[in-house]
Amino acid sequence: MITAALTILFHGLAFAMVLYIVSVGLGITMGLMNFANLAHGAFAAAGGYVVVVATRSLGLPFWVALPAAFVVVALAGAVVERLVVRTLYGADELRQVLFSIALLFMAIAGFTAAFGPLQQQPEIPAALSGQIALGDVEFPSYRAFVIAAGVAILAALWLLIGRTRIGMRIRAAVDNRNMAEAIGVDTRTLFTLTFALGTGIAGLGGGIGADILSITPTYGQEYLVLFLIVVAVGGLGSIFGPFLAALCIGVVDVAGKYLLPEFGAFFIYGVVIAILLAKPAGLFGVRS
Amino acid sequence: MSGIERVKSISASYPGAAASSTWRGLAMGRTGGDLAIAVLLGLGALATLLFGEAYWLLGSQVAITMIFALSVDLLVGFAGIVTLGHAVFFGLGAYTVGIASAHLGWTEPLSGLLLAGVVAALLGAVTGVLVLRTRGLGQLMLTMAFASLVYEIANRAKPVTGGADGLQGMVIAPILGLFEFDIFGLTAFLYTLAVLVAVVGLAVLMTRSPYGRSLVGIRENRVRMQAIGTNVQHRLLSIYVMSAALAGIAGALLAQTSQFVGLNVLHFSLSGEILIIVALGGAGRLWGALLGALVFTLFKDRLSALDPAYWYFWLGLLLAVIVLFAPKGLIGLVDRLLSILHRKESL
Repeated sequence: MITAALTILFHGLAFAMVLYIVSVGLGITMGLMNFANLAHGAFAAAGGYVVVVATRSLGLPFWVALPAAFVVVALAGAVVERLVVRTLYGADELRQVLFSIALLFMAIAGFTAAFGPLQQQPEIPAALSGQIALGDVEFPSYRAFVIAAGVAILAALWLLIGRTRIGMRIRAAVDNRNMAEAIGVDTRTLFTLTFALGTGIAGLGGGIGADILSITPTYGQEYLVLFLIVVAVGGLGSIFGPFLAALCIGVVDVAGKYLLPEFGAFFIYGVVIAILLAKPAGLFGVRS
Repeated sequence: MSGIERVKSISASYPGAAASSTWRGLAMGRTGGDLAIAVLLGLGALATLLFGEAYWLLGSQVAITMIFALSVDLLVGFAGIVTLGHAVFFGLGAYTVGIASAHLGWTEPLSGLLLAGVVAALLGAVTGVLVLRTRGLGQLMLTMAFASLVYEIANRAKPVTGGADGLQGMVIAPILGLFEFDIFGLTAFLYTLAVLVAVVGLAVLMTRSPYGRSLVGIRENRVRMQAIGTNVQHRLLSIYVMSAALAGIAGALLAQTSQFVGLNVLHFSLSGEILIIVALGGAGRLWGALLGALVFTLFKDRLSALDPAYWYFWLGLLLAVIVLFAPKGLIGLVDRLLSILHRKESL
């Protein structure tokens, strides 16, 4: 009984952390720029592919591949933001949704052409491929690493957003963009930086989470609902909201699939619908 | 002098101008595009019917996609409600006639259509009340969540829906007891075409009615519409339900003409595709949705036969170009073309 509960909790936590790492950037960019980016998952997939290529083809260590995924995807995000996303700020929701779907589709085609339709698995360092024993229960140590990484990223973001000048500007612009601009915040640069940061973290999440959300060309489409759910439930522009939302959804989903497999993903959607109806702006939303 | 007065005074100063102004109005601008597309589609349907025996099946697919696109355009383009889960109504309609036929022996097609429309409308009413309580991202999420939920139900309820294998064993009786569905698809083509014509007629009447105008008003300025006494929530819910019913009818047509229902009728990608079709044609324009459905279905038929991955690339590229450079869609381009032609003519 306790073993089952621990197992559910552990795997639920690991799943939740992947959801969090991938989705948190989406929430920040949506909260800041009001840009509904459905292609966010494609950036996460790109990060996954960077880690795959770095560890498999280039023979780089995993610990080098992860930062590389962040940097490469953040740069790609910055380029996309500068070239096109920028022109759609303030455009109606439909155009933003459609444009990001277009981006998503092209990414799917590109990934398929470059890496084939099959799942790709990055090479995991030997130190993380064993098991950790906790009492008489054993857990894969890689998943423990995933949980630690999720918490570390939450802490890093909390420091960045809550304690630095950049973070202060981001918070100011999320709260009231016009006022922030009026007192001299350069929102153009801020938007590019935030978009790059958000996509970069997603890329990191794609790489770290490849074990749980497998890297395939359609990654960005398959898991899109999950990412959007985390953001919508957690609330836009918040870093703690998505964390709690991811915890809630990750544990509920794993518990549901473990205890009542015949109901599959019902639990997630049920919980989401209930939360959104009770609090349309999400649990910690600055605005809906 | 207001714009209307100026136009009146100008047309009064030209003898015969008043008589020809209707024709001019039709030959240029918004109405011009609509008329051109209507004529084009009518001729295309006629030509397919007479000479395009090999395209009858594809033609019925186009007609079904057009009905589905109309339902989404009414919601997204006119009322301004963005949905990423409209396939739920299309799929529900398809499964309704499928299950009614395979399990209950309800094989009569026309009453099947009606049943599918009613069932989809009921789900639309229930989810609409909830979906319309939220706005923006929350609304998108709720439509997606409901669609995902129903997809899961259909996937799990294997004894009823056939799950991932699809629903087999559907039989559809001849239409009106006279016209049997044939392997060439002639009956299917004429049947879907007839339903399409009826739906387009209704949609045109509705969008020109004060009710249709009020939807556009809500899309443009919800607060103002509320201030002048429109019951905004009521209007939005009613269009949501109607749109759901139309989507259900489109899904039912697909199930009846193919005598099979697969799980893909409920999938997220269908919800995305239909939104793309509406944007491709030009959101907020009925004839745009029809044109978009035609172009999309033909392209998909050609390109996805080559390679599904390439199809995704071209679809994405096309969509990006439309969003960035032609936000009014194909019908906007037709309008522009017509007005250029008209200007040349009058020089």
